[in-house]
Amino acid sequence: MNDDLTRRAGWHEAIPIGFSYFGISLALGIVGRAAGISPGLMLLMSALIFAGSAQFVLISLLLTQEPVMAIVAATFLINARLILLGITLAPHFKQQSFLKTILLASLLTDESFALAINKINYTKGRLTFAWFHGAALLPYLVCLSATLIGALLGGLLTNPERFGVDFAVIAMFIGLTYLQFESDQQLPKTLQLILIGCSLVMVYFGMIIIPGRLLILAVTLVGCAIGVILKHVYF
Amino acid sequence: MSTFNYTILTILGCGLVTWLSRILPFILLKKFNLSETVLEYLSFVPIVIMSALWFSSLFTQHLGHLPTVNWPNLIASGPTLLSAILSKNLLVIVLVGVCSLGVIRLIAGN
Repeated sequence: MNDDLTRRAGWHEAIPIGFSYFGISLALGIVGRAAGISPGLMLLMSALIFAGSAQFVLISLLLTQEPVMAIVAATFLINARLILLGITLAPHFKQQSFLKTILLASLLTDESFALAINKINYTKGRLTFAWFHGAALLPYLVCLSATLIGALLGGLLTNPERFGVDFAVIAMFIGLTYLQFESDQQLPKTLQLILIGCSLVMVYFGMIIIPGRLLILAVTLVGCAIGVILKHVYF
Repeated sequence: MSTFNYTILTILGCGLVTWLSRILPFILLKKFNLSETVLEYLSFVPIVIMSALWFSSLFTQHLGHLPTVNWPNLIASGPTLLSAILSKNLLVIVLVGVCSLGVIRLIAGN
């Protein structure tokens, strides 16, 4: 990585992100198709949401026919971290026009954020619209095409449940839980383990009174509050 | 409402809130600042929601009673978690998970 802030440089530096998105989006397309969502709708979903973990959650909630508002609220909660990324990144783009700001913000992901924060170390804090748009557009295009390929391939599998395909979403959550635990530098590991434990207890007992996926929202709202309190009292 | 309309409405709603989460900080930042407490609260969201989604799949709900354990999902979680620790690669994790449950169903004969 160097101080080159052209679109071409951004595009080039985003190739590793493109590779990782290809695998995730392919799995997403397959899982979506297995859940009965058409390739066209899967493509629309990736085009409009463009956030892997949230889309896996969305598919599982669609599968159990949760109320629209509950799913939208859950998606907002999962993607709320984008607000944090935006707040951190925005000062570096203050000189951009309103339209360009919206365009570059629309393609913000965890990975393009990480790349941009890394890039700043080489450019004395400067970032350009051209560079970021190149760096974010490549993963976006990869995500769209891999989602479509996955959805089309997924249709070739008959009775996918027999092969355990319905476990793909759950496996994704296991992976995301672990990767979050592993890569989060902000929260102490012990605190994260305690919260995972709290989540297990709340899910188990919450199932007595709160139906289906609404439970996830309730557990998250309470769990985060517990996290804030524990962090202040013990950490 | 048809399944198609339900799905498309949900996708549009989710797309809208995600897009707003992306662009609003860039637009509003000059005027407002989130309090430290809110930022801290949000930092716990990923770990809690991801683990809760996993755990909810390990049980079968019976409203009014304690849930029962979903053994196939619980057992398949073992190799899946191990593959997460070893590979740190989402595609590998998903493949191991799917194969694990497939093998368990094959052995259990359903």
